[in-house]
Amino acid sequence: MINTFVGNVGHLAVILAFVSALVAAYGYYQYTFAQELEKPVWKRFSRVAFYVHSVAGISIAVALFEIIYNHRFEYFYAYSHSSMALPVHYMISSFWEGQEGSFILWIVWNVLLGLILIHTNKFWEGPVMLVFALVQAFLVSMILGVVIGDLKIGSSPFILIRDAMSAPIFQINPDFVPEDGTGLNPLLQNIWMVIHPPTLFLGYATTLIPFAYLMGGLATRKYTEWVRPALPWAIFSAMVLGMGIIMGAYWAYVTLNFGGYWNWDPVENAVYVPWLILVAGIHTMITFKKSSTALKSSMVLIIASFILVLYATFLVRSGVLGDASVHSFTDLGLSGQLLIYMLFFLAVAVFLAIRHWKHIPTSEKEASVYSREFWIFIGATTLALMAFQVILPTSIPVWNAIVEMFGGISNMAPPADQVGFYTKFQLWFAVVVALLTAVGQFFWWNKMDGKALREALVMPYIIAVVISALIIVFGKVYDLSYIVVTLAGTFTIVANATILYRLVKKSTFKLAGGSLAHIGLGMILIGVMFSSGYSEVISYNLSGLTYSNSWEDELNKEHVLLWINKPTQIKDYTAIYRGRQKKVKGMPTLVNVNKLKFTDNVNEAIALEDIVYRNKLYFEKGDRVPLILEENDYFQIDYYKEDQYQFTLNPMSQFNPQMGLISSPDSRRFLSRDLYTFVSAINDFEDPEWREDELYDVSPGENFFIADFVTEFQGGEVLSQIDGVALRDGDVAVKAKLMVQDYDVEKYLEPIFIIRENQIGRIPAIDHELGVKVEVENILPETNQFSFKVNRYQKDYVVLKAIIKPQINILWIGTIIMLIGFCVAIYRRYDEFKKMRDKGLENN
Amino acid sequence: MKKGHILGLGIIAVAIIIIVSMIGDASTYESFSTAKAMKMKGEDKPIHVVGELKKNISGTVEGIEVNPNKTSFYFMMVDNDGTEQKVFYNEPVPPDFSRAEQVVVIGSYKNEELFVADKILMKCPSKYQENEISTAGM
Repeated sequence: MINTFVGNVGHLAVILAFVSALVAAYGYYQYTFAQELEKPVWKRFSRVAFYVHSVAGISIAVALFEIIYNHRFEYFYAYSHSSMALPVHYMISSFWEGQEGSFILWIVWNVLLGLILIHTNKFWEGPVMLVFALVQAFLVSMILGVVIGDLKIGSSPFILIRDAMSAPIFQINPDFVPEDGTGLNPLLQNIWMVIHPPTLFLGYATTLIPFAYLMGGLATRKYTEWVRPALPWAIFSAMVLGMGIIMGAYWAYVTLNFGGYWNWDPVENAVYVPWLILVAGIHTMITFKKSSTALKSSMVLIIASFILVLYATFLVRSGVLGDASVHSFTDLGLSGQLLIYMLFFLAVAVFLAIRHWKHIPTSEKEASVYSREFWIFIGATTLALMAFQVILPTSIPVWNAIVEMFGGISNMAPPADQVGFYTKFQLWFAVVVALLTAVGQFFWWNKMDGKALREALVMPYIIAVVISALIIVFGKVYDLSYIVVTLAGTFTIVANATILYRLVKKSTFKLAGGSLAHIGLGMILIGVMFSSGYSEVISYNLSGLTYSNSWEDELNKEHVLLWINKPTQIKDYTAIYRGRQKKVKGMPTLVNVNKLKFTDNVNEAIALEDIVYRNKLYFEKGDRVPLILEENDYFQIDYYKEDQYQFTLNPMSQFNPQMGLISSPDSRRFLSRDLYTFVSAINDFEDPEWREDELYDVSPGENFFIADFVTEFQGGEVLSQIDGVALRDGDVAVKAKLMVQDYDVEKYLEPIFIIRENQIGRIPAIDHELGVKVEVENILPETNQFSFKVNRYQKDYVVLKAIIKPQINILWIGTIIMLIGFCVAIYRRYDEFKKMRDKGLENN
Repeated sequence: MKKGHILGLGIIAVAIIIIVSMIGDASTYESFSTAKAMKMKGEDKPIHVVGELKKNISGTVEGIEVNPNKTSFYFMMVDNDGTEQKVFYNEPVPPDFSRAEQVVVIGSYKNEELFVADKILMKCPSKYQENEISTAGM
């Protein structure tokens, strides 16, 4: 039965949320600009409107989750993003797999943030919430799903499948509900995809807060006062956005097979750029608080960071990137709406800024080279240039679209080698930023002139040089540019650690945020330099084959072919592919497919033998075995060093009917490096093309060859019963026992031969791993021989790529330290704001 | 000159370097014939070519030759102008390659006969466009 109730509730909530957002915006506008006497009325009115909006916003999310959770496949969203086999935590990911769901996530975050702001602000509630309510109206309009004539506003997540698709089945039976959904994109079936999108969208949502304070400050002519409440939120936003970026990078590292954590893909760039600008903005805001300079640049940067978040949304969701990105959303026809959303806030911000520009206080005095303002300003400029360098080429598809809009033809394409292109700039910018943090921090905490600076920096410099020398010697860093990176990174760490040490000794830990974040930056720099600059493909030119075209021999083959059971040398290791495995519910280890027989039920198999792990019996022969995501195959690859077993890696791949082969890496983590491996091609078992018949007449006890396998015919055995075939009186059934040897593995193949009256039945034995099918063609009593018919396909194999990533842990630790630094800074700045607010000086 | 001005000039200089380098490093979309003409002129810069895999009359993809160790392969591609071209890719066959509706190859001509792709982007039939619903279990 079709349940239209939930969908109707959801749709109603969407409309209510949209209307109440507009009402709240109107109310807060009146509240902000009303006379003192009328304010309480408008305040109550606007708050009620926003509360209604909050309830509606959360109801949208609840309704959509209800649809997914209860497998209501009559709804298009559940059908296209979820399936019966999904465990609950992946249902959460399927909630935001689609665009509509991710907009809902964004809406819910804004609701929660709005409620927090209402209750933590006194003076700022009006103007800030006005901006919030407007943003919410735009966001909710994206999922409105209203069609007026040819104009489509928003794409509703609550449409029924029969309205979304015109399959013929709906003409026969309009109440048809599909049995199962098409499932969640397997790449998103990862724990990081459960927490990464909420983090990222919280980051997106929070960039609105400093922007809203700034807009409020301009509109109410509090040109300087907005900085204090905006600062802790700006730092919070940068922290969350940074965390989102890192989670995305980590997710890419553990689930995607493009070989690393960062690929300069447009989708990644689109988040990286606003983050850089926001970080630059935080620095100028802090400078302003200390010395009343850099207010205008703070304003420009805060506006830019918010608009860039909207631009990122536009890039990723409008379909303009097309083929330029690996993972952009499908075009839902929202590009126009997204563009209006971005241009509206850009216009408002520019208008307010220009109108009030000449009233914004500036400091007339020229910043001295020995002032912290000067160095921080240089740092912020460098960050802005970094952002500029990334966003410009990322927008190439947009430039083309603009040129074509005016009738021109532009065939510009993104740089062919994206990683090389971005790295050559970003690396050097990062070196400059790292050095500036070291110098800047000394200026920050001390009055400096040239002599004092030299004295202060000499010690950290010497220590940094010594440490760098050690790193260069032991890490074998012989490339000149990497030597510079190492120097810059260690100098940053040492100099900031010096500051950190003094601060903690002298006063409190509360002030240490900056130096901690900068230490993190230095470590990230060194970690990236090693793990990317010195990453080494070790599955390299291993085939030993020569090709018909001689020029191909000069090319480096970066992948290695592993036949099942055949030991293959991969640099220091000997790797042996041992077959496919499945993940079983309740078992700490993977189970080889040879032990399982698959049933027609989803995620269920029957145990073909007892399944034992570490002397514990998990399933007996014949038990039903519950599987986790049965479409996932884990390829067991054992690694040996000098005949000693070292470890096993199980890179995953899934054959997905919608997306083809999906592959996820598996890495061996060492303290100083990762061995990162993934499967790049696999054998297809479906529909094997068996080669021509080969016939062998063999006596019991005799050996013969099937393909390259030594095979021993151990004899025949008369059977009294066979699984799946009812034997009658007078039937004769004979099983032939063949032992096939493949390297160190012995496998048994047992084809069966049945004689019933004058007819002959043959049950072949098939082994997919060996790619062999054997039938007993005939039994020859006169010579006491069996005649076997053998067909071959090919042995199972995987094509593997293995990469060593040195010192990647320094990178991860660096990111964590940086995030901790942000948290310390948030605490300090929020504490400051709270104290001022409680003194009633909030708007001072 | 004030320090501010020097700084401003510096920023503008860096911005110009960034723009020039972007224009210099940006690749272009070409057809096989224009790409070949570029190669003849001695330009080796990698370019983008958009097209489809070559199909026979019954609609199945033809011309994919995988090398014996399965780590590289050749295929036949037809660009948007209808030019047929043999392409080499030094990677295993990407999953679902033969189902791609559209392929973009990034690379350049090795010689007059052979185009070598450094990277392949594929557009596969999106699941959103699928109009077939499994009607099993009705």
